[in-house]
Amino acid sequence: MRYETVIGLEVHVQLTTNTKIFCGCSKDFGQTPNSQTCPVCLGLPGALPVLNQQVVELAIKTGLATNCQIAPRSIFARKNYFYPDLPKGYQISQFELPICEHGWLDIDLENGERKRIGITRAHMEEDAGKLIHGDSPQTAGNSLVDLNRACTPLLEIVSEPDMRSADEAIDYLKKLHQIVVYLGVCDGNLEEGSFRCDANVSVRPYGQEEFGTRAELKNINSFRFIKQAIEYEVERQIDLIEGGGKVIQETRLFDSDTGMTRSMRGKEEAHDYRYFPDPDLVPLVISPEWIEEVRSTLPELPEVKRGRFVEELGLSVYDAGVLAADRALAEYFDACVALGSDAKSCANWIMGEVLRKLKETDTEITDVPITPELLTGLLARIADNTISGKIAKTVFEKMWQKGQTADQIIDAEGLKQVTDTGAIEGLVDEVIAANPAQVAEYLGGKDKLIGFFVGKVMQASQGKANPGMVNQLLKKKLTGN
Amino acid sequence: MKITRTEVEHVSRLARLALSTEELDSLTGEMDAILGYVEQLATLDTEGIVPTAHAVPMENAFRPDEAKDGFTPEQALSNAPDAAESAFRVRRVIE
Repeated sequence: MRYETVIGLEVHVQLTTNTKIFCGCSKDFGQTPNSQTCPVCLGLPGALPVLNQQVVELAIKTGLATNCQIAPRSIFARKNYFYPDLPKGYQISQFELPICEHGWLDIDLENGERKRIGITRAHMEEDAGKLIHGDSPQTAGNSLVDLNRACTPLLEIVSEPDMRSADEAIDYLKKLHQIVVYLGVCDGNLEEGSFRCDANVSVRPYGQEEFGTRAELKNINSFRFIKQAIEYEVERQIDLIEGGGKVIQETRLFDSDTGMTRSMRGKEEAHDYRYFPDPDLVPLVISPEWIEEVRSTLPELPEVKRGRFVEELGLSVYDAGVLAADRALAEYFDACVALGSDAKSCANWIMGEVLRKLKETDTEITDVPITPELLTGLLARIADNTISGKIAKTVFEKMWQKGQTADQIIDAEGLKQVTDTGAIEGLVDEVIAANPAQVAEYLGGKDKLIGFFVGKVMQASQGKANPGMVNQLLKKKLTGN
Repeated sequence: MKITRTEVEHVSRLARLALSTEELDSLTGEMDAILGYVEQLATLDTEGIVPTAHAVPMENAFRPDEAKDGFTPEQALSNAPDAAESAFRVRRVIE
């Protein structure tokens, strides 16, 4: 029998605030355990949570960018369960009335089609602390609880079960990741857990309306592992069904060492959270004015940027995609174009030399020594034939090292292209005189040899001769007219 | 019956309460009485009334996103039943 995979994703996005969601503690990663805590995030008796306004702003921003409706009124709820990383015995989350609902994202499928993935809801909540499983003599056999992460603001974005393959799931995740990083609402660091994904995976016979029983795959911290985990889980479920078994609804952990998922024991009875409105927090009311204010701060999103690069600037879809994928890179490109750079050659230079050099020197685009002004200056000298594209690469290297303008480098190094006919003619004569055998072959009909001669002349000019003129002069001299 | 003994058992397990047979019996009776009393509210006509999320008619209590000093790890752990390596030490949680 053939089966269809059904996937829904829950993504926890850690928001880029300075402080936690309900208290003024910092939330930096990798600090001494329990050095960023206070009575509120430790859940001490009598401590009261107060909502960080910036969390609401970032949640609205994300909601708008994912086409959600922003709820005019939403409330916080307690999700009750016991676990050592949860000091209060409940997590403050949103249940009945989340801040965002009914959104969507479009993903581009391999076959060129576009598919809309529904976003059921996005709600604000606090993160739990971190459990470290002890391995020192002092802690072997124990777990250690670090509450620095407790109360860190999260936005949980829940998709509809609209994805039908691991690849679609990854497309959706990458798109969502790109958007939250673009917006600056999340640093996007998967390894540090700033962008975490749980996948609900089930299978059903093709054509069946009803969903199969799903398994929830938890906390997988790379796109590659998510794909592996889903693919493994799909096979496991199909094998199980084919073998006459039944999928049970459970939480499963992915083991990246074995590439398999395994059942998470001991959580069977826990899924009775008894949600109720948190009496410590008052309702959140968001006015249309507030929403519009946040909307006005939204940057141009990658998809829109990509479209603009193609339609207005004439880039290829591929080039536009590469440039638009990274906000800082796209802004660099935009700045160059605004300064008068030709879009296509500018895109080529950025995707070629600039990216290569950034990688080579391990530099971020935001720290690039060749500013948009400098790059535009260089491109202008290529456009007006002051230097050839080849010499431009040398100039680019020097500009990178010295931080000088293209003109300064060209002058100082004497790299100006030779366009003086007399000077080029001299070189052409020399080359023809020095290679009689090739001249004979060329005249015998081997036209391709023109490249050989051009190369020789360019070499003799140290790359400074204008290639077009060289070509022209060579042809003229070789054929004697 | 508003609540059964099985439900009381279930809720006590969720609340990590180990109750004796006698306690379960008496609690089932008490909780049943309480729920019966509260159920009088169900006779009210609440058509068109927004569910109350909070007893105080107030909204939007915010805090600016500014960091404040909290505890040192020593202070945070000062009431911990057990601690090690700057962390609360608990029985191993197997995942």
